[in-house]
Parts: sequence; structure tokens; C-alpha cells
Amino acid sequence: MSRASREIIVARNLGFKYAGAKKPAIQEIDLSIGEKEFILLTGPSGCGKTSLCRCLNGLIPNFYQGEWTGELMVGGLDVTTQPTSELSREVGYVFQNPENQLFALNVEKDIAFGPENLGLTRGEIRARVDEAMRVTSTGPLKELAPYELSGGQQQRVALAGVLAMKPNIIVLDEPTSFLDPRTAEEVMQAADNLRKELGLTILVVEHRLDLVARYAERIVVMDAGRIVADGNLEQILDEKFDTLEALGVGVPRVSLLWSMLRTDGLVKGRVPTHVEDAASALSSMMTD
Amino acid sequence: MITLEHVSFRYPSGLLALNNIDLNIQGGDFVAIMGENGAGKTTLAKQMNGLLKPSQGRVLVDDQDTKKVSVAQLARKVGLVFQNPDHLLFSETVKDEVAFGLKNFGYQPEVVEKQVERTLEALGLTEYKDTSPFLLSGGERKRVALASILASEPDYLILDEPTIGQDYLQKERLRNFILQLYSQGKAVVMITHDVEFVAESNPKVILLSKGEIVATGSADSVLSKDELVTRVSLVKPQMSRLFGTLSRYGLPRDVVDVHRARMLLEEKLSEAKATVP
Repeated sequence: MSRASREIIVARNLGFKYAGAKKPAIQEIDLSIGEKEFILLTGPSGCGKTSLCRCLNGLIPNFYQGEWTGELMVGGLDVTTQPTSELSREVGYVFQNPENQLFALNVEKDIAFGPENLGLTRGEIRARVDEAMRVTSTGPLKELAPYELSGGQQQRVALAGVLAMKPNIIVLDEPTSFLDPRTAEEVMQAADNLRKELGLTILVVEHRLDLVARYAERIVVMDAGRIVADGNLEQILDEKFDTLEALGVGVPRVSLLWSMLRTDGLVKGRVPTHVEDAASALSSMMTD
Repeated sequence: MITLEHVSFRYPSGLLALNNIDLNIQGGDFVAIMGENGAGKTTLAKQMNGLLKPSQGRVLVDDQDTKKVSVAQLARKVGLVFQNPDHLLFSETVKDEVAFGLKNFGYQPEVVEKQVERTLEALGLTEYKDTSPFLLSGGERKRVALASILASEPDYLILDEPTIGQDYLQKERLRNFILQLYSQGKAVVMITHDVEFVAESNPKVILLSKGEIVATGSADSVLSKDELVTRVSLVKPQMSRLFGTLSRYGLPRDVVDVHRARMLLEEKLSEAKATVP
């Protein structure tokens, strides 16, 4: 497991069961996440990924009723005793569908909405909005209405709005589902930029590993509410390939191909994560 | 058959979303409509079930002009599953949700019950039948929305981004279900950005860009062409990118799915092994 400089999220034996549900949504979660990590959180549909994310910004247990067990500290704050308004300064949340997140008359107002509600000075609000627009390249869009934007632009504006709250952690819950592949790439790059430029911790929930593998060093895999794998992405992909496949994690197709050929006894060595790695490994084995 | 004849559609805002589309969909067809965000894919889908009517040209569903029949009548023939499941869900339990359409169409209670059970089973939702749809995950809600349309067995099924939020096993399940439907003679049209899903399902691909059809063909022929794929903001499937590089060793370029890739490489690598002294 990658050891980070300072822990920003620490969960110990964390569990939650929604009121009326038969089984806990998450259970026995032990997780520690360091500053500036870029983490991919994945697992089969209904495995508890979104529930875990809801705990991080306090939506659970503040807005969802149910039984909470264990403890969760986010940025040094105990989630169970902090109001969500405090937690929202620590954790920014970008939802799957940006249409659920944008509502102001234009982009600039939308981005300013969060900081305006923090009781900041005009100068500070201005500075935050400008900085958020700069890092997400949304400045040129500032006069436009949210509905005039493309999906990728909307998602970058949602990201900017979250950023203007100056959180230390940004959670992106399947942020590119509604986007075409090129636009999805644009959003992932914007998220990566936040870590590089501002030193934020990024947690992306995603089924498609190929989309995130370029940015995330660490992968956390959940199944039936528990963490079943946690560690370096390339290493987990290599060592736990069959487990991931069986869980229905969308492993990169080149990794799958390699694993099949390895079973056939035709190739040896670590499962590649990227097309380029697979291409060069296979090329070296071929004669013209 | 659904026939679009020279269909153009302009939104009240003035945006020309579809421009002179000609298209036929018939029983047994499996078609993927792909294109960039804003290409007009969803607008096209709404033409097929009469939710939108063409500004020019006409749309015929089994020879009936969509301008002359009600959306309710068309709903028996054309089922449209929206991208966002929350636009469709409202019942207290999954079972009621899936039964709603069937009851509305006037089926007998025992038929409704049987059909609901069958559909829930096929989509892996049986264990949630008494759960509120709103307690389910995004991926599960998406499947409930799909089940509620599938239950009434429309002849033409249009799925808007069916793979969003689905894990790989769910996608396989969906693929098998689609296969079953079109082998029974139903038509399945899916709108999707999921190049890997298309690469492995092998539908007929229609590429839409800025409201126009820019290419039609098999998944391997369309998705392995750089200029087409770039034009509609897609990326080539991983296998196609891999075989683009490997083509210099005499392997074909137009490989998009992993199983064909495996076969070709097994052959090639065994050959290479045999020639090593």
C-alpha cells in the first residue's frame, strides 16, 4: 500500500446500514488516504462505492438515516460530529451528472455560489473564482449559461464550483459517464491538474480502469460493502487480475488480452496497463 | 420497420439538431448510434418513438406516420429507455415500477406478475423486487428503468447509454439480453459512447456528427478508422490501437474485440516461437 506523507482520510472499522435496508451498504472499512494521492475507487455495481463517498463529505450520516459504526476522520474532523457545512470546506463532491449540480444563470455565478455562502469578503470571493476558473480552464465560458455548455464543459464548471470552496479533497463519482471518450479524458486531466498544481487529494469512482489508469497510482476495490483490494494499481492489476475480472471490474482490454495469452503460455511477465506497454512487449516478440 | 425519410429537426432555439437523416430499422437489427456530445443522438431516438416530430421529412413506425399517432400508441411498439433513470422511476417498489407499464397497457394481473418476474430475473434484479428504487445504486436504478420498458416487450427497443454506471458483469448480462431480443426478431437500437462495449457486441454502427450521419458499417470497420473516430470525439478501442502498431508484423488493422485479437496473436506467436532456432 502506498504510504503517504500525511493522512487526510482515516476510516477505522467504518460501517453503515441505510434505514430499511437488509444489509449494510459498507462494513469493516479500514482505509487511510494521504495528501496528494490520486486514488481510483472501483467495484461492482452496488458494492458501496457511492455510500463510502457519501460518508466522506458527511452526507452520511447527516442526511441519510441508518446505523453508523466505527469512525471516520476527514482532514482531522470527525464526520459524525461535524456539520456538513464544515465538511464541505474539506471535501468537494462532483456528481455523475453535472446537470444535477449546476443551477446559476451563468458559469461565473455558479462558481461563485459556494464561496458567497461562506461569508467571505468580495476580494476573497473574486480571487477564489478566478483561481478556480484558471485551473479548470473555464474562464472563457464565464458568461455562458450552464445549459449552453457541452457535457465536458459542464463537468469542468462543476469541478470549478467545488474548487472555489478550497477543499483539500475532491471526490469525483463517475464524473465522465455522460461524456464522450475525448471529453472524459479532458475531465480526468483537469482533475489530475488539481493534484499537480494545488496538491489536492483526488478520489475518482469509476468502472473503467483504462480511463483512470494513467493518473491513479493507487486502486481501492470494493465488493459487497468491504474493501477487497487496496494498493498500487499496476501491481493489483497484475497480482489480482482474476479477482478483479470475477468482480466485474472493467479491466483494460489489453490487460485482459495479455492475461489470456499468459494462460495460453504464449507470453510471460506482468500484465500491462496501457496499450503502449502491450504494443512494445508484443512487438519485441515478433519477427517481420 | 421504423423508417426515417429525409428527417431534419430544428429545436425552437433555432439549433438544427438533425439534418436530412435517412434510416431504416427493422426486426432483428442491432444498431449502435455513436457520436460526440451534442451530435443529435438523443434527438434522433426521440424521433423514433414520436416524442419529437420532424421539422422536415417524416418518420414511419410500421407504416404509421408519427405525426398522426399518439405517443401512447407508439409506446406499445417503441420502448425508449432514457439515459437518466431518475426521469423514469417513481414507484414504491422495484416490482411496482416494472409492473406499471404492463398494467397501463391493460394486461391481466397474472400476465403482469409473470412478465415482471421474468424481466427482473433476466436483469439480475429479483433480490430487489420489494425494495424502493431510490434505495438502489445508480447502476441498479438504471437496470430497473430498463426492466420497466423491457417488460412490455416492445418490438423496437431504444436504449440511451445503457452501459453507464454498469460494471463489466452487468454489461455482459445486458449484451446477452440484447442478443436474445434481436434473435427473437426485435430491433435493438442503442445510443452509446462505450466503444469497448460496441467492439465486443458487434452491432451495426451508425456514426452521427453535428446532426448528420457520417458513417455506417460494422464495428470493426468503423471503429478502427482514425479519421472517423476522431471526428466524433470517440477514441479507438484498445485492441484497435494495439493492432494499429502490430500491423507492421503482418497482422490486420481492423481488430476491435479481444477474442479475435487473442486468436490472431495465438497464431502469430506460435509461429514466431516455431521459427526461433
